[in-house]
Amino acid sequence: MNASFSSSSSSKGMMDHGDQPHVLAVDDNLIDRKIVEKLLKNSACKVTTAENGLRALEYLGLGDDQNNTSNVSGLKVNLIITDYCMPGMTGYELLKKIKESSVMKEVPVVIMSSENIPTRINKCLEEGAKMFMLKPIKQSDVKELRCQLMKYGS
Amino acid sequence: MCYFSLIAVLWVVGLAVNGDFFVCEKGFLDDQFTQLQQLQDDSNPNFVVEVVSLFFEDSERLLNELTKALDQQTVDFKKVDAHVHQLKGSSSSIGAQRVQKVCIDFRSYCEEKNVEGCKKCLQQVKNEYSLGKSKLETLFKLEQQLLDAGGSIPMQ
Repeated sequence: MNASFSSSSSSKGMMDHGDQPHVLAVDDNLIDRKIVEKLLKNSACKVTTAENGLRALEYLGLGDDQNNTSNVSGLKVNLIITDYCMPGMTGYELLKKIKESSVMKEVPVVIMSSENIPTRINKCLEEGAKMFMLKPIKQSDVKELRCQLMKYGS
Repeated sequence: MCYFSLIAVLWVVGLAVNGDFFVCEKGFLDDQFTQLQQLQDDSNPNFVVEVVSLFFEDSERLLNELTKALDQQTVDFKKVDAHVHQLKGSSSSIGAQRVQKVCIDFRSYCEEKNVEGCKKCLQQVKNEYSLGKSKLETLFKLEQQLLDAGGSIPMQ
């Protein structure tokens, strides 16, 4: 895969990390987490998974203790992909928190859902989600995602 | 002994070459299962077995929870619905379409707060799940026999 990197651009998109963007995948369903992780790895992404919104925020350093992040590797997150229906904090609520953060708001967020509800989709897109994907996610969906997001910031 | 293995190998090759004849008979598994098989590679040669095993564990846990929840004097339909939603999600993700279909009906009964309807669906889900599980376990056993006999599984 030959991507072109412009070091002069200040894009925080998928472009300035070499060939392997670091994706944070959030889903309360264990099976879905495993599948999404493999799909992303097969598309040359580094993947960290979180089982709910709170853990995701902690990982991003947006948790209650804002000075502390559980991101031990210190690897910058280039994309967040999250399920919509999760107990506690929905994917939409997580999206809002990310967009409210001065540090994280530039990171593209993708929402996944098994339910095709137009009002839900529009709500997410209006709040700033880059894409909405219908489950079950296929390899072609992830490839499309990769393509779409490579354009971001150029 | 050797002769027997050869027959087993030929049979499994026949099944594998036939594509999804075996497990997809009567529509147990849909295209999503094929997607999972295509994700498997040298870096993770047991991917499908791992995901399906997780599915078995998780589903059995959910089926137990559902049985308990529907046995209560006052049924907590929100809880029941949450469990069914999980089961519907995972069965859809691995391609277990018959389980997924029953879950859709199950959720309607939850919405209607219909205990009898829910119990009927629970029994149906358990049946579909058992059937699907035994077919998948047989498939994995046959694939393992083929690998042990020195063959390889042709990926679609």
